[in-house]
Amino acid sequence: MADSGTRTLISQAQLRRGRGKFLYWTLLTVVVLGFTLVFLGPLYWMVTGALKSGQEIAQTPPTLWPRDPQTQNYVDAWTNLDLAKLMFNTFYYAAGAVFFQLVFDTAAAYALSKLRPAFGNVILALMLATLMIPAMVLIVPQYVTAIDLPIIHVNLLDSPWAIWLPLIANAFNIFLLKRFFDSIPEDLIAAAQVDGASPLRTLWSIILPMSRPILGVVAIFAVTAVWKDFLWPKLVMPSPETRTLSVGIYAFSGGTPQNVVIAASVIAAIPTVIIFLLFQRNIMSGLTTGSLKG
Amino acid sequence: MTAPGVTAKPAPAPARPVSKRGRKLRDNLTGHAFLIGAVVCFALFMWYPMIRGVVMSFQRTRRGETTWVGWDNYTRIVADPSFWIAWKNTFLFTALALVVGYVLPFFVAILLNEFRHAKGYLRVLVYLPVMLPPASALFLFKYYAYDPSEAGLFNAILKFLHLPTSEWMQSPTMTIPAMVIASTWMNLGSAVLIYLASLQNIPGELYEAAELDGAGVWRRIWNVTIPQTRLILALLAMLQIVATMQLFIEPLILANGAGTQDSATSVAYLIYQHGFFQNDLNGAAALGVIMLLVLAAFSAVYVRLTTKQD
Repeated sequence: MADSGTRTLISQAQLRRGRGKFLYWTLLTVVVLGFTLVFLGPLYWMVTGALKSGQEIAQTPPTLWPRDPQTQNYVDAWTNLDLAKLMFNTFYYAAGAVFFQLVFDTAAAYALSKLRPAFGNVILALMLATLMIPAMVLIVPQYVTAIDLPIIHVNLLDSPWAIWLPLIANAFNIFLLKRFFDSIPEDLIAAAQVDGASPLRTLWSIILPMSRPILGVVAIFAVTAVWKDFLWPKLVMPSPETRTLSVGIYAFSGGTPQNVVIAASVIAAIPTVIIFLLFQRNIMSGLTTGSLKG
Repeated sequence: MTAPGVTAKPAPAPARPVSKRGRKLRDNLTGHAFLIGAVVCFALFMWYPMIRGVVMSFQRTRRGETTWVGWDNYTRIVADPSFWIAWKNTFLFTALALVVGYVLPFFVAILLNEFRHAKGYLRVLVYLPVMLPPASALFLFKYYAYDPSEAGLFNAILKFLHLPTSEWMQSPTMTIPAMVIASTWMNLGSAVLIYLASLQNIPGELYEAAELDGAGVWRRIWNVTIPQTRLILALLAMLQIVATMQLFIEPLILANGAGTQDSATSVAYLIYQHGFFQNDLNGAAALGVIMLLVLAAFSAVYVRLTTKQD
């Protein structure tokens, strides 16, 4: 965060005096109101709209506040779409994604940053190269691979591994973690080695405790990635029992009243919004450290 | 980059009598043991599919039998009338999304960077839509905002302002702008935050000097802000083009796929259609390869243009 002392486009002094001060406060008020309307307004509309009856939602002009708020749409969404099941599935995939990404991506980043085995740089380059490949280009061959894994010939459809394994192959995470590990002084590692600590022990007792912030960022990104993803879970989780929230709501949207679909969408969005409000600092710092200076 | 660190230092001799080569081998093995999990996943779900996609595009699998068919998949895909419509729509969407979704966050970030109050609140607001599951947000747009009757949110606002209302997704000309609005609303936040971070790295003295030279606000943006954030600007433009060219969930949810008179069909949606509905995974793979080539060409031209200016 820039403190208020930093000079930006317009000087502080200018904003404190007469016309500048007036302009500043007018603009600030306009922007705060405008942003609230633009970014919070639709969410308000969504939450209250799902409280309206089908009749009221079709009425012109639309009502700002539901005349006769009823929670029936939310209840219907919860029971008819079996949201509890969908929510559990999504949560389960997200938890697994966090676990496997943390274990395998941290291990890989540690190896690339500190152990530096032969061909480490080649492997890192090959990993980073995947960042350049658009996801849509790979979707078909990835699907073909998932339904018949090479060599062992296992079909991953409807198995959580179909979500977890591809998520481990996340070059952005490895890059983020490696950069963080690179900043941990080499002397610390050398000291641990002198004391006879094995590489695993060094990772566990020295590196990981120092890396809590970045591990938090990776974990949060893993949860939101699973929660937001649509096409891949739609393809690899075809049966109603294994669907994620987004896919389940989409699958039901055809034969369900609009307000119930919206109510379900609201419920599906609640967990990510809560995660965001709780961890906004970590999320925002992770977003910017990952993309900047890289 | 650091020098080969640990080994270069005068470390105390190890107690065990291990030969230098043996120790090096052991260290390498340990390193690769830590890497193996991630490498296997990359191999299975990134590197191998990349090759497999190209191979598949020259094959045809029918009733479990795979044969080489040369360019057949490509000619079939290109002959499909939807192919050109999809590219036209995708390019139009990418161009519009670039004009709106690229310029807008930059100015939003410049504005937010000037404020000394309500900073946290504004940041949270801008980023909030990014956290919503896209399917949830798009149903909101589909059912409430883009309702073609006057009960829809957007039409109600337009009517309130005495402006002509629109049929949104039911009008072929409005389909793409409507998708751009929804997509920009959902994705603006991450670009704003990235710009904000890079704006904070601009040394204040540059603005001071420019001001002393009599440069107004716009001149300072043009001569200080933009050159100082050029790298991030260039990087985000590239990332955004690649992301918007993969337009998929917006047409799928907002327009039920193809949209009114094919006005929403995108290349990514065609890949999905061919691969998973028309039982033509090989054709879909060919389309994927075409998309990769187009994006690679784009990137090459882009890199050349941006590096030439230096």
